[in-house]
Amino acid sequence: MVNQLLFLYCAVVIIGTGLVAVRSRNPVYSVLAVMVLFFHIAGLYLLLNAEFLAAVQIIVYAGAILVLYLFVLFLVSLRQEVKIERFIASHRVSALVSVCLGVCLLAIIPTFKLGAKGQYPVERIEQLTHTKAMGLELYSNFILPFEIAALILLIAVIGGLVLARNEKEVKE
Amino acid sequence: MIPLSWYMALAAVLFSIGTYGFLVRRNIIVMFLSMELMLNAVNLNLVAMSHYLDSLVGHNFVFFIITVAAAEAAIGLGLVIVLFRNKKSIYVDSINELKG
Repeated sequence: MVNQLLFLYCAVVIIGTGLVAVRSRNPVYSVLAVMVLFFHIAGLYLLLNAEFLAAVQIIVYAGAILVLYLFVLFLVSLRQEVKIERFIASHRVSALVSVCLGVCLLAIIPTFKLGAKGQYPVERIEQLTHTKAMGLELYSNFILPFEIAALILLIAVIGGLVLARNEKEVKE
Repeated sequence: MIPLSWYMALAAVLFSIGTYGFLVRRNIIVMFLSMELMLNAVNLNLVAMSHYLDSLVGHNFVFFIITVAAAEAAIGLGLVIVLFRNKKSIYVDSINELKG
């Protein structure tokens, strides 16, 4: 019962801040609303016994990615932003498309059936602790994707440096 | 006990909100933010399913998706800075050089 109330609270806040984020006139408000949304998604991860992912969600998403967004927003911030039109010309068609997508997604949920159970029931995860259980799985079955993720991060570092470098300053 | 369908419904609604934001906004930074909303909807679905399936595969997928989202944010925002430096605008409907 308490869990369900907690879930409903998180769901209401997530949907509300999501709508604020996509509709607000000032993009800074959008970023802050998304930050609140990420915290509540971390709360849902805690409800699902995924403590490590909740911590990663807060540290990486709310801590690193959103700060990056805020900095870029301040860097390119335009004064007239809050005065001019924030939606594209054909925004009614886009709204219709996304509402149809949502209805379709909600309509196919009842047909979903769970497959075969895996080998990590909640008791085993609690006994091992979630971080250790995830690490065991990560370094045994997902070692190649782990290496590829490292490569992707390296590419992101180099790409970010190359893209954000100012060519004129380098020549002088 | 919370039914799995509640999580899936919430993820579906969040994904639609993200799609809406991506399709209607002119500001390219808010479009990237909407993409993050969609990624989070998928993450929520993966974690919920893997909890109800007694599995850890979904958790590891979420780990990798967060990694790729961080890389995508770094590269995407780098592109936004280059775009702003060259065009003095970050509105997607004012960028139409390739439109014949």
